[in-house]
Amino acid sequence: MVAARQPEPAAAAGAADAIVPRRFRVLANRQENEDTFTLELEGVDEAGPFEFEPGQFNMLYAFGAGEAPISISGDPAAPGPLVHTVRAVGAATRAICAARPGETLGVRGPYGSSWPVADGDLDALVVAGGLGLAPLRPALYSLLARDAGGGRLTLLYGGRSPEQLLFDAELARWREREEIDLRVTVDAAGPGWTGAVGVVPALVERVEIDPARSVALVCGPEVMIGFSVAALLERGLPPGAIHVSLERNMKCAVGRCGHCQLGPEFVCRDGAVFPYERLRRLFGLREV
Amino acid sequence: MSASPPPAGDAKVLDRADFESLFAALGEEGYEVIGPTVRDGAILYEELGGVDDLPAGWTDEQDGGSYRLRRRDDEALFGHNVGPNSWKGQLHPPEQLLWRAQRSGDGDFEVEAGAAAEQPPRRAFLGVRSCDLHAISHLDDALLGFEHPDTAYAARRANVFVIAVNCGQAGGACFCVSMETGPRASAGFDLALTEVLDGDRHWFLVEGGSEAGERLAAALPLREARPEEVEAALGVSERTAGQMGRELDTTGIKELLYRNAEHPRWDEVSERCLTCGNCTMVCPTCFCTTDEDVTDLAGETAERRQRWDSCFTLDFTYVHGGSVRHSPKSRYRQWMTHKLASWIDQFGTSGCVGCGRCIAWCPVAIDITEEAAAIRATDGAGAPAEGGEAEA
Amino acid sequence: MKTIAELLPEIPLFEGLPADQLELLAGCGRNVVAEPGEYLFTEGRTANTFFALRHGSVGIEIPVPAREPIVVQTLHPGDVAGWSWIFPAQPWAFSGRAVERTRAISFDGACLRGKCEEDHELGYELMRRVAIVMAERLRFTRMQLLDVYGRGEAA
Repeated sequence: MVAARQPEPAAAAGAADAIVPRRFRVLANRQENEDTFTLELEGVDEAGPFEFEPGQFNMLYAFGAGEAPISISGDPAAPGPLVHTVRAVGAATRAICAARPGETLGVRGPYGSSWPVADGDLDALVVAGGLGLAPLRPALYSLLARDAGGGRLTLLYGGRSPEQLLFDAELARWREREEIDLRVTVDAAGPGWTGAVGVVPALVERVEIDPARSVALVCGPEVMIGFSVAALLERGLPPGAIHVSLERNMKCAVGRCGHCQLGPEFVCRDGAVFPYERLRRLFGLREV
Repeated sequence: MSASPPPAGDAKVLDRADFESLFAALGEEGYEVIGPTVRDGAILYEELGGVDDLPAGWTDEQDGGSYRLRRRDDEALFGHNVGPNSWKGQLHPPEQLLWRAQRSGDGDFEVEAGAAAEQPPRRAFLGVRSCDLHAISHLDDALLGFEHPDTAYAARRANVFVIAVNCGQAGGACFCVSMETGPRASAGFDLALTEVLDGDRHWFLVEGGSEAGERLAAALPLREARPEEVEAALGVSERTAGQMGRELDTTGIKELLYRNAEHPRWDEVSERCLTCGNCTMVCPTCFCTTDEDVTDLAGETAERRQRWDSCFTLDFTYVHGGSVRHSPKSRYRQWMTHKLASWIDQFGTSGCVGCGRCIAWCPVAIDITEEAAAIRATDGAGAPAEGGEAEA
Repeated sequence: MKTIAELLPEIPLFEGLPADQLELLAGCGRNVVAEPGEYLFTEGRTANTFFALRHGSVGIEIPVPAREPIVVQTLHPGDVAGWSWIFPAQPWAFSGRAVERTRAISFDGACLRGKCEEDHELGYELMRRVAIVMAERLRFTRMQLLDVYGRGEAA
């Protein structure tokens, strides 16, 4: 039976279609490493802080160059500029990374699901690889702001080399703080490096975990996510306690263009943050 | 299997001789009429000037990878099935302007909305088959169902008057009965017509489906239908239901396809599939699009355009480094699994309406009903053995 | 002050071994300390030792001509280093340099080989456990080879 679906005519121009970008001005552009930059933006036609949940992303637009889905990497609780950390890997991201203070970018969003950071009693194990630390940084800010006496907070962060690590100043500050157990590893290093050399799953094997009261947040290249999730499961974490953030080709970012589908999931709308439990069937398949 | 519930409300009769009055009444209301007409060896949905533009006396013969027009030995106006285009082209056009950005000042630009800001013309869709009615409903689910509806689509949708036509015959590729989408239209229309040719009598049963439909019908030279006329019209649908060219068993099909992701049939079909994407173009429910950025030569104006896309294209799933679905096998599997299985998780219904277009318009005659049956017949083939392969 | 045999169960490689086998193995071992920057073993030299780390960390290095050596893995308390000793007169494939002040148990390779020859049960068990460690190292090394954080990595 076909439900007679005659939709309401669209509310007038005020319901500006999610498809039209809003203008944001670049306030600052700071280089993190060889090809990664952190931008601070403020609205041109709108005032006030940009409201978002940790883990959400925007579609950033550079005039004539196109759009790219970029996670928001700032503090959701701090009023102030909208912060994005972007890696230059294609035409749109190269143009965005090249934007100078004063220039205008387009912003659509925020879109997507968010990291579970609300339960203060759980131990939070944050596992980040490479650029994956950027979508996790808002969650780390939220977790650090939890009341003392709650769950432990651990950050395991892996990168290619010491020079490629993001947020040097922040990592140094976090190293000093008691509330966060920070362990960094790189794939290869020169002798000046006093941290670990090796893969993130090796860190997962060594860290103290109470599987019954932990939540794990994982982000990075999908291969690294796979290995890290396997290591977490090996440590006894239930699949429902592990959350991952995935990346797929996105055009509309609102679940209409179809590009970001992963099985029945629309990564832009059902994700990008997923409980691993929901993806179990799909993670085992190639090219899905 | 019969899918012919009795018509709700009072049914009326319109004689063939009076059919032009329908065009006149629609014109009075300011509607452009879009309906079937013969062009380029096919029956396509285009703007119609009057009853003479309809494909009177024409039918189509359809089968795997084959579509031909043939003359009928009567003058039925709707004695054909569905052609290569669908109502998707009207509601969700192949190309539209989303917005335009204009450079202004140093590193700044202004944005103006495109299609969403336009007022779409009032259109009457004449001759919407039951399968296509369901397809329109599926497009509604995909484009309007969530937090950010497609407002341009919504506006076009709200400006459409739908005149359904109940099929008088089934096509060689049809399987609406299997998908429970026909052959008789049950809802989603303003008016529904059933064409009856009986000796030298040629008339239409007219049923109202909405207030707008009733209003328009009041302007037509209609009379009350006699019980035997209602019977005759229902009989047309019964006969059509018995003529389906294909069948598709939908029992547990979602789980069937989900658990057979590694079935060897996918390898087999991918040896035939050209990934040409014809199926996605002609499918009335495929809704995928892509966005393109086009700048003028001076670099002053940038347009964001949306156009139809197909999951069969190699870069559909491109992320830096490569495409997630690289092999043709993975892309065929994606299309069919989405259509018959994932769609159910996403929208609560199958995505397939049994119109058969993908079967007729596939250049190598791949048949979705045959593929589904083949997997069902060897359910579980290709599942990995216990223990898997040895660790390298 | 614990004996070597009492310290061995700290090291996962030796976990669960019966006391008599631990005594046998401890007979080949002695405590060593390395200051930051000091080499525990050097690439190219004859490998005759096997290390079990108790405190600190050791970087496994590959010397590269005309450049600083590259650290390819860091070992931590509980890890073991070196299996070239399994085969007599093999040179070390890598160097091991203490990153922090490191305390380890160093086992004499010839002594261990001798004990394994005499007691094949002990030998089999030791080799089996070392094989597990090697398999994991190989798995992790392959992950590093993927260079997942590099440019142009596939999803």
